[in-house]
Amino acid sequence: MDLFEYQARDLFEAHNIPVLAGAVATTADEAEKAASVMGGRVVVKAQVKIGGRGKAGGVKLAQDASDAREKAAAILGMDIKGHTVHKVMIAQAAPIAEEYYASILLDRANRNFLVMASVAGGMEIEEVAKTQPEKLARVGIDPNVGVTPEKAKEIARLGQFPAEVQDQVADVLVKLWAAFVAEDATLMEINPLVKTEDGRIVALDGKVTLDDSADFRHPGHEALIDHESANPLEAKAKELNLNYVKLEGEVGIIGNGAGLVMSTLDVVAYAGEKYGVKPANFLDIGGGASAEVMANGLSIILGDKDVRSVFVNVFGGITACDAVANGIVQALNILGDKATKPIVVRLDGNNVLEGRRILNEAAHPLVQQLDTMDGAAAKAAELAAK
Amino acid sequence: MAIFINKETRLIVQGMTGSEGTKHTGRMLASGTNVVGGVTPGKGGQSVEIGGKTLPVFNTVAEAMAATQANASVVFVPPKFAKAAVIDAIDAQIPLVVVITEGIPVHDTAGFFAYAQSKGKTRIIGPNCPGLISPGQSNLGIIPADITGPGRIGLVSKSGTLTYQMMYELRDFGFSTAVGIGGDPIIGTTHIDCLRAFQDDPDTDAIVMIGEIGGDAEERAAAFIAEYVTKPVVGYVAGFTAPEGKTMGHAGAIVSGSSGTAQAKKEALEAAGVSVGKTPSETAELMRKILKG
Repeated sequence: MDLFEYQARDLFEAHNIPVLAGAVATTADEAEKAASVMGGRVVVKAQVKIGGRGKAGGVKLAQDASDAREKAAAILGMDIKGHTVHKVMIAQAAPIAEEYYASILLDRANRNFLVMASVAGGMEIEEVAKTQPEKLARVGIDPNVGVTPEKAKEIARLGQFPAEVQDQVADVLVKLWAAFVAEDATLMEINPLVKTEDGRIVALDGKVTLDDSADFRHPGHEALIDHESANPLEAKAKELNLNYVKLEGEVGIIGNGAGLVMSTLDVVAYAGEKYGVKPANFLDIGGGASAEVMANGLSIILGDKDVRSVFVNVFGGITACDAVANGIVQALNILGDKATKPIVVRLDGNNVLEGRRILNEAAHPLVQQLDTMDGAAAKAAELAAK
Repeated sequence: MAIFINKETRLIVQGMTGSEGTKHTGRMLASGTNVVGGVTPGKGGQSVEIGGKTLPVFNTVAEAMAATQANASVVFVPPKFAKAAVIDAIDAQIPLVVVITEGIPVHDTAGFFAYAQSKGKTRIIGPNCPGLISPGQSNLGIIPADITGPGRIGLVSKSGTLTYQMMYELRDFGFSTAVGIGGDPIIGTTHIDCLRAFQDDPDTDAIVMIGEIGGDAEERAAAFIAEYVTKPVVGYVAGFTAPEGKTMGHAGAIVSGSSGTAQAKKEALEAAGVSVGKTPSETAELMRKILKG
């Protein structure tokens, strides 16, 4: 899960990383109130999980509380690259002397963690890596050792921070590591990390990604979920414990196993080129495709108004095809008149003959079976075109 | 021969007394795997009857190894306890640990992987994988044993169901070993490890490599193929239609910005001389042509 900037700020603060005062507001009223509590000049920042909001007009300096109200009113509801702004952060304005960079992230290639830090901040770090690589420290971290104070000082030196701030930067890196571990993050980025004119080192903007697999040991992370911007179908699928991603297309997809479902989307996309149709979603029903899971899956997909046909693609490994077939039959009974779209089914693997027999016997008017994945994808695409 | 596992593999099951562990121990035994015991902390000294065989249960992997001469372990322990189970196996210096568990926090995986590296005695496969099978010899994990039999194709895949699909497509040829390396951001055994082992395995003639979006493991595998692999390799990559920034089922399957795309992986593999199929069936067809000469 990616966090909003204000959530990242709060998380940093909770782990003693220096930040400026900041508050979130969902209305112009709230923005004015927050700004008047803070006093002085504030920055009104759109809260969207995408870069480039400054250029899009989503960050504005306000002279006082009533100005903050006006700026917030202009920013709230704005569309930034397809993201609607539902919240703004009111942040204390600070005179900035210098902009730096610091981050910790999961390094998939080296199978450990990576600290990056640079005296050059305030821009995309990829840009720094390209144009001033000598100023970017990239140091691999052994997960079982972590960022020690010594290591942090070495990183501050390698990132070419001025001598007078190296200790403060090292201190931020040690705290950032502690937060990274404590929260089970896969990314914590501070950009910019600033030196204020009075010489303080402060995290001015942050990006945080948390590992959803670790939710079981972080009950507090649930409160960070952004329900407002979630696609309604995705939100409903999540409630039903389904692994679903909404896409822009017409062929609804249900399959078992992440790899096979991704592959199914691709095969449908190729087959659909001829008919001008695309896959409508990713839905992995996983190992035990019970009737209930199948019914839930079908109801989500049939609730997508863009869907014109459905492709159920299952290779029975542990899952038995007869259970899947029974699941489909029972799901259609449960859904009754709500099931209106043609359903193409391809079953293979564990107990396939029995599975096919069950579907043939049920002879549901919406259901047709094909033997191969490519053939079934072509049929589903063709049906979606009509 | 095959890679990583063969007839000499003596297996213990960590989490054997749990429902998943019991079910799959039965399946592994039925497919001829030499399961010699199980590990469940706190249940040491008991024994369980699975598939007509009485299997002893131990508190630790070290005890299990001492009593049974086990040389491999498969882990069916829930995410919360998986790290402790793998650390136990590493401490016992068991040569191979296959972690089936899905949903292990990546900090836990990073921790036990680094620990295994520092000890230098244990290969980890997974987590979040279906395991591996050398048909007719040994089967560690949840890959169905009845899809196909022994043969001379090696298969390495991030995805479980695509492993099954490909084994099924090429069932008339059979496989030396099929390895599901798992779809998590950090995995113990990579495409490259398997490609190297297949290249060095006298019983493997050709290799199928299946990748998916996320990370750059396929790109690095492509560079390795160009440098080291002389056996024919065909490839398949899933996830061309995946949108940016969305996790597609597997924790590691995500396109971030412009990196981790299926297109980039396909291009890298093709540049290394690998024929890449557009669909699993087309990929199988490419392999079929190679094997028929």
